[in-house]
Amino acid sequence: MAETEKTTVAATEAAPVKKAPKPASPGTQALRKVVSDVYAAAWTAKEKGEPVGWSSSKFPCEIAEALGLAVVYPENQAAGIAAQHDGERMCQAAEELGFDNDICGYARISLAYASGVETTNESRRVPMPDFVLCCNNICNCMTKWYENIARMHNIPLIMIDVPYNNEVTVSDSQVAYMRAQFDDAIHQMEKIAGRKFDEKKFEQACANANRTAKAWLKVCDYLQYKPAPMSGFDLFNHMADVVTARGKTATAEAFELLATELEEHVKNGTTTAPFPEQYRVMFEGIPCWPDLRALFKPLKANGVNVTAVVYAPAFGFVYDDMDSMARAYCKAPNSVCIEQGVEWREGICRDNKVDGVLVHYNRSCKPWSGYMAEMQRRFTKDLGVPCAGFDGDQADPRNFNQAQYETRVQGLVEAMEETKKLKEARA
Amino acid sequence: MKTIYTMGIDVGSTASKCIILKDGKEIVAKSLVDVGAGTSGPARAISEVLEAAGMKKEDMDYILATGYGRNSLEGVADHQMSELSCHARGAYFLFPNVHTVIDIGGQDVKVVQIENGVMVNFAMNDKCAAGTGRFLDVMARVLEVKVEDLAKLGAESTKNVPISSTCTVFAESEVISQLSQGSDKRDIINGIHHSVASRVVGLANRLGVRDDVVMTGGVAQNGGVVSALQEALGHTIHTSPLTQYNGALGAALYAYQRASR
Repeated sequence: MAETEKTTVAATEAAPVKKAPKPASPGTQALRKVVSDVYAAAWTAKEKGEPVGWSSSKFPCEIAEALGLAVVYPENQAAGIAAQHDGERMCQAAEELGFDNDICGYARISLAYASGVETTNESRRVPMPDFVLCCNNICNCMTKWYENIARMHNIPLIMIDVPYNNEVTVSDSQVAYMRAQFDDAIHQMEKIAGRKFDEKKFEQACANANRTAKAWLKVCDYLQYKPAPMSGFDLFNHMADVVTARGKTATAEAFELLATELEEHVKNGTTTAPFPEQYRVMFEGIPCWPDLRALFKPLKANGVNVTAVVYAPAFGFVYDDMDSMARAYCKAPNSVCIEQGVEWREGICRDNKVDGVLVHYNRSCKPWSGYMAEMQRRFTKDLGVPCAGFDGDQADPRNFNQAQYETRVQGLVEAMEETKKLKEARA
Repeated sequence: MKTIYTMGIDVGSTASKCIILKDGKEIVAKSLVDVGAGTSGPARAISEVLEAAGMKKEDMDYILATGYGRNSLEGVADHQMSELSCHARGAYFLFPNVHTVIDIGGQDVKVVQIENGVMVNFAMNDKCAAGTGRFLDVMARVLEVKVEDLAKLGAESTKNVPISSTCTVFAESEVISQLSQGSDKRDIINGIHHSVASRVVGLANRLGVRDDVVMTGGVAQNGGVVSALQEALGHTIHTSPLTQYNGALGAALYAYQRASR
């Protein structure tokens, strides 16, 4: 859900940079280009008079891809705007329109933009939508957010409803419900595109999405190595590609290129992380995009590398056919039950050998943050690692306090140190 | 063997506290100044503790800073640590069987889980100031009483006037409303103490509470809050006359550990 175009936090474009950033690797450059191309394609389509859609991050992109429709992603746009410090102004603009400051920061930024408030982040300007694609597997706020955009512009809203699943498995009836909605979405989108759905193109888009997912998972898996060949914060940035372009060949190729680079780092015992790794943590939740530098600073100072993020299992889904695709889209961080959520997270914590967990209680994302207190308790019980939580926001900087965050990180580091000593003493 | 003198400085949000320890065991001197981070408080607290001990800064083998304003003492302190670890260490020194520390400071609430005298996990309040020392300061002002008199007045209460708002601002309005309805100040204070306790107990239970439970920080001096919390938690709560110095004590103990390496 959260993603930007930037490469590393150390080399962030989000704040004034004193030192020149290190040149990005070919894999990272290729990933950046993929996202830039998505935005450029939308502008080209608009100029040609073709329809442009705005889509939620986990709407089945394969359909629009097969129909050749240009689509951009407001979540990625909002993250980019927030990271460039234009989020607060956009959030306030939405509040002036009557949207409460309690709702998601991405939604507020997007709604402000949809209403005509221009962003200062030129790279994240998008054409106004001719249709919107909403899949509420990612959150329920999404439904109202997209309904509002559709109403503002008087355009079609293609909705795929994914009910919250209180079981780990996806039932056949749920698959049938999803399939029927897919069929309806295809029918509606054919009308928008002005062409018939092409099965061959759809198969190709699915093949691309599967290839991208496998390459994404491979990249994520490199965080299992000690030391990790990269900072896990990079994954947040690479999420931009998984969100905006997972149905494209170029995305799969870019991730595969990045994987070969990481393989080389592992062979050589090198890393792109800008500090020696002393501790490994899972970072839970979307980062505070406006405060990336503040977020990263105490982690770097204490040698804490993020080696696990839930996006790996949450977005790395592989499927064989339409039914398994429907099952895959039922599984997003906020649409699965706590048992599934814990299993995902504890799996990557074990595989990626974390010493602790840092939880972002994200004011923008109540469904995600709401069950975190219970998850923290389970992480500590099941994994025997300390957990620290901090308050913040993915897009609205008014909800983050640097001093409070630093105390919690320092506390976590001290607790990880003591836990390590206790484990060593027991061994 | 050479005697080792260490200093712990706890720069909190509302007060600055210092302790000088001899050989990690004996408290030589302590000081407390009622202003904290970003003020003259830390420097004054250091001067006062040195004066009380009849020593100079150069006599200190190691100085360790903790608390909200710990990073402002770079150049003065040899090292900084979080107040979480320092409260754990201080409480362990005073109560060797401690497993849970509840610290209510000026602007935050911490619950620390302790194994063998060291912190292994913790939980802190969110950005809201409800349940903190600041909350009590605001309430005392509205009630026109001194914050140090809250415990005594609350103990004279004959009934509990519930203060249900968790937000400090809304609770202030609620207290004003109770006053205008003629409720007895002492009963309102009792309600305030229970309000703080209910806020803290949620955080403590989230982490898990294991005996012995020790309460530290300035608010631990308020017997009304301690007894309300004891009742809500269902655990005996231990406090010490040194409660307000506990963070500084822990810092001085960690300083000794580092100086003896």
